[in-house]
Amino acid sequence: MFPPALIAEAAVNGLLAGAAYALVALGLTLVYGVLHIVNFAHGALLTCAMFAAWGLHAAFGLDPYLSIPPLALAFFAFGYALQRWVIGPSSHGDDGNTLLVTLGLSIVLENALLALFRSDTRTLGGDAGFDVVEVGPMLLSRPRLIGFGVALLTAALLWALLSATDTGRAIRAVAKEKLGAQLVGIDPRHVYAVTFGLGCACLAVAACLLLPTFYVNPRVGNAFVLVAFTIVVLGGMGSIPGALLGGLFVGLVESLGGLFLGDSLGQLGIFVIFILVLLFRPTGLFGAKA
Amino acid sequence: MKARDILPGLLVLALLALAPLVASNAALNFLLSSLIVALAAQGWNLLGGYAGQLSFGHAAFFGTGAYATAILQLRYGVNAWAGLAIGVALGALVGWMIGFLSFRARLRGSYFALVTLAFAEVLRILANAFDLTGGAAGLLIRMAPGAANLQFPSRATFLWLVLAIVAAVLLLTAWIAGGRMGARLVAVRENEDAARALGVDALRVKLGAIALSGGITAAAGCLYAQNFLYLDANIAYGTWISVEVLIACILGGSGTVLGPVIGALALHGAGEAAKIALNGIAGPVPGIDLMLFGALLILAVAFLPQGVMGGLRRAARGLAR
Amino acid sequence: MTNPHLPRRALLGAGAGLLAMPAVLRAQPAAVRIGVLQPLTGALAQDGDLGRFGAEQAAAFINANGGLSALGGAKVELVVADARSNPEAGAQEVEKLQGEGVVAIVGGFASPICLAASQAAARYDLPYVVDVGVADQITARGLANTFRFAPGFAAVTSAAVENLVRLNDGAGKPCKTVVLVHEDGLFGSGLARLMATELPKHGFEVLETIPHPTPARDMNNIALRLRSLRPDLLIPSSYYGEFVLLARTMRQQRIRPKGIYAVLNGAASNYRFVKEFPDAALGVMDCNHWQDPKNAEAIALKAAADTAGKFWGYNIPLNYSCVKLVADAVNRAGAADRGRVTQALAASDYSGHIMPYGPTRFVNGQNQGARPVNTQVQDGDIKVIFPSEVANARPVFPIQG
Repeated sequence: MFPPALIAEAAVNGLLAGAAYALVALGLTLVYGVLHIVNFAHGALLTCAMFAAWGLHAAFGLDPYLSIPPLALAFFAFGYALQRWVIGPSSHGDDGNTLLVTLGLSIVLENALLALFRSDTRTLGGDAGFDVVEVGPMLLSRPRLIGFGVALLTAALLWALLSATDTGRAIRAVAKEKLGAQLVGIDPRHVYAVTFGLGCACLAVAACLLLPTFYVNPRVGNAFVLVAFTIVVLGGMGSIPGALLGGLFVGLVESLGGLFLGDSLGQLGIFVIFILVLLFRPTGLFGAKA
Repeated sequence: MKARDILPGLLVLALLALAPLVASNAALNFLLSSLIVALAAQGWNLLGGYAGQLSFGHAAFFGTGAYATAILQLRYGVNAWAGLAIGVALGALVGWMIGFLSFRARLRGSYFALVTLAFAEVLRILANAFDLTGGAAGLLIRMAPGAANLQFPSRATFLWLVLAIVAAVLLLTAWIAGGRMGARLVAVRENEDAARALGVDALRVKLGAIALSGGITAAAGCLYAQNFLYLDANIAYGTWISVEVLIACILGGSGTVLGPVIGALALHGAGEAAKIALNGIAGPVPGIDLMLFGALLILAVAFLPQGVMGGLRRAARGLAR
Repeated sequence: MTNPHLPRRALLGAGAGLLAMPAVLRAQPAAVRIGVLQPLTGALAQDGDLGRFGAEQAAAFINANGGLSALGGAKVELVVADARSNPEAGAQEVEKLQGEGVVAIVGGFASPICLAASQAAARYDLPYVVDVGVADQITARGLANTFRFAPGFAAVTSAAVENLVRLNDGAGKPCKTVVLVHEDGLFGSGLARLMATELPKHGFEVLETIPHPTPARDMNNIALRLRSLRPDLLIPSSYYGEFVLLARTMRQQRIRPKGIYAVLNGAASNYRFVKEFPDAALGVMDCNHWQDPKNAEAIALKAAADTAGKFWGYNIPLNYSCVKLVADAVNRAGAADRGRVTQALAASDYSGHIMPYGPTRFVNGQNQGARPVNTQVQDGDIKVIFPSEVANARPVFPIQG
């Protein structure tokens, strides 16, 4: 068996990884909760964001953490435009069509990146990704600790935005009762676009946090998508605290499962949770009653 | 079932059957691959199009059929045709099991879609890990060309076989759609609660649909295995097939008899057309043709929201006026 | 003024021209078409691009040196096809290449693509030369048209073990305990299984075999286990991204085994890795495909790759060599005839390639002389340390620090 110190460190690593997953899932759960669409393009958008962060570093030497504000804004605008002028109009409001459109979008984005950057795997050079912080016997990666903090902060900010601002109220209104919201003068198309934009902004933040410890190539987003879906379902579609806690939980299960079963079979743990939650509590931990 | 439901479909298939007279082997191979996907899509269509339960995990049935026939031939010396039959039965069984778990838990819409995705992924991870399925190395069916082994070096012969099976499923779909089962499927799709209130046993209807759907898609998996003679967990249970059947049906027109076939042909055709059209540029710049393909997909959805069949119907009505 | 009758001079001139034409025709024999199948898009696009580059350089070299002499100086014309990183597309492209009248096909790169494509080619008795795909099934299948120029699994594993033993013995046996980390796909799992069986026979103790998926999001758990197991030697078989993650995580966790002996690793003998992570890469050994470092043509090829801005990878020299091999076979066959080319390949003893294999000799489609070499990252460069005939550096083992 494994010594307790090892298990403890694996658990902590799992939580740190989980925070990053949670951030990726935040965008997805928001988009689902409001637009009721499963965004197939989520992985490709994450890849775009990671390339953007990498590009800023390669071209201007900009530290990924400093890239967060400009990239979050840029991706908010990008997401807004995508939903307002591409996804929304093409889907004619049909769920099945939205799936296809987001799928088409993901193909376009992934291959545009391939055409621009080729398929080489790139990383941030330098030693910043190696920094560790010693906590007792554990060696914890500094970038991941920072990532943990920023993820929590972002989730808190997003939640505050949704509960306390007018925009947030409008979003919640449209999510709950679209017709009613329209009747009081809220434009659902604008709200949908804002929501999608927020989701993309979250992805931009996640990308900046992942970049120091990870790598980037045109397919990197795919690695996170299924996990993100699991978290969304676990936490409840549309729930921000759910996404955060769900993310931490999934990170923990993945890490401990990987420790005991090996990383390959350990992936099973994620899907088994996924299935069990869907079968026995589909609304998730914090979701609204179906 | 009326003649007008099946005639266009049979006509299209008959035309395709004439392809070997004029087409190159490359074109025949392309048609063959597209039709195997079309068959898998026909399976999806029964569950997603008629019963309204969108599945993201049809790879689970495809892979089960493929692995079943491969394992039976390799480890138990079972004949390939028997392998096909057993593969179909196993696919139906897996469908029934997934349906039982999901529908009993009253999963609908996106929740159902996601659980099917999860099941397919679980099967993929298991197939990659265990020796029964060859683990990561996969399975290689022994090459022994001959009709008795369901191996046809001639593209034309294989094409006719697949066309025959697609035609059979086409007739089956039309027969179901035109009968009481079809009415029940549509009732469940449009408003499950109302259907229940009217006395329709929604659970049984959905279970029947998913079992049938699983069996048909498993047949496609078996044929795919016989075509390539090699499979591994990513080929058999990978998300690629789940996505392709989904696109094919929605593009072609889900809930129609001919939709999946037209959709699969259109999907693959557009991909090839994009590749050929951009051959000059695609050399030095990878991915451009796929970008075009993705854009085509978005445009198709934007302007043909009911799929190709829907568009054709609208055009036909327009002409009739 | 028009003259309806052609003047005699013009007729004579035309007649002379007609007589001269066969000479003109002879001077420009039909080009010989060779198919190049590589994954140019999709997950493997990086390697596919290198493969194509190698093939193109070979064709250019042949054409610049008089073309195919036995066919009157016929030029080699490549028909490049994109396998899209999946076996189905690979098989479809083979159909297209066959329709284009290629005399043979080179490439595939990934084992599943090679398996599907060579089989599709077999239907037309079209010779298929595998560039990289290591699965033993590729040649064990017994298809008459399939040849593999590079080594397969079994050959790579036995060479890896043999060279490791030699390395260890030569340094006074500093390493005894081993941990195998591998990607859970075809090549990683197969390799790990073979190593786990062979290593104990030579006195090594395999503490643990750790699989990981591709793509992997995180290597921390593996690093944790390494830290607690403290093996003397780490043997990683992974693709580029995952090995980079592992190497970085190991540095972070201050895990420093006495040696990192990679086998068929995507990063350990990859110049991009060496350039971007010089500290993590220092001392890392790989047992992988590699060109003969002392061969003049190989050196010229590397220079050409540098000029073209490509990061060097083994797919370049392998495809370069395979195209030259096929051209030589066509030459020996005396005609662009598939059956004769297949026979020529089967009987081939070609030395004009740039791999450290010696003259080719195919038994059941497998080139017998094919072997991997051992490389080590030293001074920011990738040097060959085994076998000694082709080595251009001495091994540094165990690695310090």
